[in-house]
Amino acid sequence: MTDAVHAHGHDDHGHHAHPTGIMRWLTTTNHKDIGTMYLWFALIMLFSAGTMALLIRAELFQPGLQLVHPDFFNQLTTMHGLIMIFGAIMPAFTGFANWQVPLMLGAPDMAFPRMNNWSFWLLPVAGTMLMSSFFLPGGAVAGGWTMYPPLFIQGGISYDLTILAVHIMGLSSIMGSINIITTILNMRAPGLTMMKMPLFCWTWLITAYLLIATMPVLAGAVTMLLTDRNFGTHFFNAAGGGDPVMFQHIFWFFGHPEVYILILPAFGIISQIIPTFARKPLFGYASMVYATASIAVLSFIVWAHHMFAVGMPAAAQLFFMFSTMLIAVPTGVKVFNWVATMWKGSLTFETPMLFAIAFVCLFTIGGFSGLVLAIAPVDIQLQDTYYVVAHFHYVLVSGALFSIFAGIYFWLPKWTGYMYDETMGKWHFWLSAIGMNILFFPMHFLGLAGMPRRIPDYALQFTEFNQIATVGAFIFGFSQLIFLAVVLKAIKGGVKAPARVWEGAEGLEWTVPSPAPYHTFEVAPVVK
Amino acid sequence: MKSMWQRAGLAGAALTTSQMALAEYAFNLQTPASKVAQDVFHLHNMIMLVCLGIFIVVFGAMFYSLYAHRKSKGHKAAHFHENTMVEVVWTVIPFVILMGMAYPAAKVVINMKDTTNPDMTVKITGYQWKWGYDYLNDGVSFYSNLSTPREQINGQVQKGEHYLLEVDEPMVVPVGKRVRLLITANDVIHSWWVPAFGVKQDGIPGFIRDSWFKADKIGTYRGQCAELCGKDHGFMPIVVEVVSEEDYKAWVAKKKGAATNAAADNGKIFDNAELIARGEKVYAANCVACHQANGMGLPGTILPINGSKVATGPIDAHIAVVLNGRPGTAMVAFGGRLSDAEIAAVVTYQRNAWDNKTGDAVQPAQIAAARGGAEAAAPAAQ
Repeated sequence: MTDAVHAHGHDDHGHHAHPTGIMRWLTTTNHKDIGTMYLWFALIMLFSAGTMALLIRAELFQPGLQLVHPDFFNQLTTMHGLIMIFGAIMPAFTGFANWQVPLMLGAPDMAFPRMNNWSFWLLPVAGTMLMSSFFLPGGAVAGGWTMYPPLFIQGGISYDLTILAVHIMGLSSIMGSINIITTILNMRAPGLTMMKMPLFCWTWLITAYLLIATMPVLAGAVTMLLTDRNFGTHFFNAAGGGDPVMFQHIFWFFGHPEVYILILPAFGIISQIIPTFARKPLFGYASMVYATASIAVLSFIVWAHHMFAVGMPAAAQLFFMFSTMLIAVPTGVKVFNWVATMWKGSLTFETPMLFAIAFVCLFTIGGFSGLVLAIAPVDIQLQDTYYVVAHFHYVLVSGALFSIFAGIYFWLPKWTGYMYDETMGKWHFWLSAIGMNILFFPMHFLGLAGMPRRIPDYALQFTEFNQIATVGAFIFGFSQLIFLAVVLKAIKGGVKAPARVWEGAEGLEWTVPSPAPYHTFEVAPVVK
Repeated sequence: MKSMWQRAGLAGAALTTSQMALAEYAFNLQTPASKVAQDVFHLHNMIMLVCLGIFIVVFGAMFYSLYAHRKSKGHKAAHFHENTMVEVVWTVIPFVILMGMAYPAAKVVINMKDTTNPDMTVKITGYQWKWGYDYLNDGVSFYSNLSTPREQINGQVQKGEHYLLEVDEPMVVPVGKRVRLLITANDVIHSWWVPAFGVKQDGIPGFIRDSWFKADKIGTYRGQCAELCGKDHGFMPIVVEVVSEEDYKAWVAKKKGAATNAAADNGKIFDNAELIARGEKVYAANCVACHQANGMGLPGTILPINGSKVATGPIDAHIAVVLNGRPGTAMVAFGGRLSDAEIAAVVTYQRNAWDNKTGDAVQPAQIAAARGGAEAAAPAAQ
C-alpha cells in the first residue's frame, strides 16, 4: 500500500533545549511521550481497579460476609467500574491513538501538541480525586458506576468529588478527541486518502466523534446530580416535580455510545493485527468502515434497552428491542471479515495474533449474549443479574482489554526498539484466556439461575459457580504480573527489533526505525 | 416455522433439564411457574440454539483456517480482499435470522405489557431495605423483612436451606388468578423480581409502574431486589406463597384479625417490660440494618442511638425523629410504616437498651398525641 519516502536519520531538534527529569514529562508536547504516559497511567489504573475486583471475588468466594462490609463492597464495585472504564480502558486507547495515529498517517505530531499535554495531565488529577475518596468520611462512592439517583443523592462528600472527577475526565476526553479528529482530517501524508487510511485511524475517528457527542451529555447529567445534591434543585426528585428515570435516559444516551467508545478502537487494533499475521490484506476494508459508521449511528437510538425493567410503553420496548437487534448486523459483518481475512492466509501465531484470535472468538460470545439481552422479555429476566456482568466482561475484558494487550505486543518492539519475550507473552496469553473464561463463563449460569448483581452475599445454590469464578479471577489477575514483567523486560533491552518488526506488517509506522525516533516524518512521506 | 422453533425450544429445555438432573449446577433459567415465564424460557432456548449454530459455523470455519492455512505447513497466502456477493449475503442472512427472532419476541412483549382485566391488585412498595404490600381489594397491608438471622450471615451458625431468600411475612396470592402489581418505592429505586413468574419491575419513588402475573401452581416462589438500593440491597428478598382460593381467603381473614388486634393495641397501656420486649422485635425489623444491634450506628454515615442526646433527652423530640425522620439523610419517617403501639415500643426499647437506662416508658397514646400535633403543624409549615 505504501512506498514512503522517509528522510532524516538525524535529529534536528537542537533548536530548543529539552527539559530533563520530571519536567520533561510535565511539559512534553511530543505525541510519543504523551502516548507512553497515557499507557502507563492506564496500566496503573488497571492494577488498582483489578485489585478491587479481586477483593470483590474474594468476598464472593463463599456465602456469608467474611472480608468486607456491604457498604464497602458497594464502594468496590462502583469504583472498579468507574476506574476501569474512565481510568484504564479509555486512556489506554487514547495512548494508542497518540502513538500510532501520527505514525500511521505520516504526520510529525498531533495537530494540537499543547492541548495534548493538557488532556493527559488532567487524568492523573481526576484519578487521584477518585482514589482519594476512599479515605474521606463515609468512604468512596457506593451507588454504582451508573450513578442512579435517588441513591446517588444520599451519599457523602465523595459523591461530589466523583462528579467533579467525571467532569475532568470528560474534558480530557473531549480535548483528546478534537486533537485526533483534526490530526486525521488534516495531517495525512500526501496520497493517503481517507479510504487508504489504516482501519485503526478510521475507528478512532468515529470514536472521537462519539466522544464529542456524548461526553457533554454525561457532564449535563452529573451536573444535575450535583445541583440536586447541593443546591436544592429537583431534576430527579419526584416530590419536587422531577423524575429519577429522566437521569437514566440521559445517562444511557451517553452510556450506550460509550460502550462503542470502549470497543471501536479495539476493532481498529484487531483489524491491523489479523492481516499482518495472515500475510493477506484485510478482507472487506470498505465494508469495515461502513460497518463501524453504522454501529456508531445505531448506538444513539438503542439506549433504553438498558432500562427495559424500568417500565416503558410496549411500543417503546419494541422499538428499542428491534433497533438493538439491528446492531448484530454490522457487528456480524466485522466478525465475518476477520475470519475471511484469515481464510487462505499464511498464518503464524505470535502473541499479538493469539490475543487477536481470542478477541474475535470471545468478543463474539459477548455479542451473542448481547443479542440474548436485546430480546426484551428475556432481558427483563436477566437485567441486573450476573448474566449482564458476564456479558459486559466478555465484551470489555476479552474484547477491549485483550485488544489492548494485542496492540501492546504488536507495537511494543516499535516503541522500545526491542522484541518482547515471546515465551512469556504466550504464558501471559494462555493464562489470561483460560483464567478469563473460568472467571466469567460461570456468571452466565449464575444470572440465568437468578443471582442479582451488586450483592455482597448470596443464596446457597449460587455457591459452586461463584467459587469457580473466584478461582478464575485469581488466575487471571495474577497472570497480569507476567504482562508487567514482559513490558519492563522489553524496555530494558533484548533482541533488537528491525524497522519492519513483523513479516506481514504494512503501513507507514513500519518505515521508521525501531525504536521510533523522537521526531518522525518531519518531511511528509508520499503514499502512492 | 413457528412450530419448528417451539420444538427446538423444547428440545433445548429437555437437554438442560437432563443436565440439571445430572449435576446440582443449574445451567438455565429457573423452572417457569407462569405462562409469561414459560414463553421467556422458550424464547431464550430458541435464541441460544440459533447463536450456537452460528457460532459453530463461523468458528468452525475459523479454526479450520487456523489449522489448514498455517505458514508452518507451508501455506501460501492468497490475495483476495473483497467479494461484493459474499459481503451482501452475510449482511442479508443475519438480518433475516433476526427477523425470525423478533416476531415471537414481540408477541411476548405485548402479552407482558397487557395488565388489563386483573382478578386482584396489590400495591408493592420498596423501602431501604424491605418490601411493603397493600392488597387493594382485600384491605390487607404488611411489611416483609428478611428473616435470616444475622448470625447466619456472619458465619457464627450453620446457614439454613433458604439462606437470604426467606422473609417474616410472605406475599400470599391465590393460584390461577391474574394479579396486577402496582410497583413503587419510598426512598430509592428498587426492583421487584420473581424469576419463576417472569416479572421484574423497578419501583420508582414518586411514580407507579404496573406489571402482572398469574401463577400456575401452588408453591413457594423466591426472588430478590434487582436494583442496587444501598447497603442492604442484597438483603431484601421476596417470597410469594401461591395457595388455593380457600387458603387465600383464610389468610386474608387471619391478617384482618391481626390488624384489628393491632388497632386495639393502640388503645392499651403496657408495662415497661412488655414495651421493651416488643420494641426489641420492632428494632430488629426496622432499625438494626443501619443503627446496628449495639445501637452504635456506622461511623461517618449513621448516627448512634446508644448514648445519643435524642434517646436520652426529651421524649417528645425522640418520638418526633422516629415519626418524621430526618429529611435529607438516610433516617426515614416511620410514622406511616409503624403503628402507635409499635412506635411506642421501639422508642421505649431505645431509651432503655444498652447504656440508655433512662427507665422511661412510652405509651401508644403519646404517639397518637404526637401524630395529632404533627398533622396540626403540617399546614402551618406550608
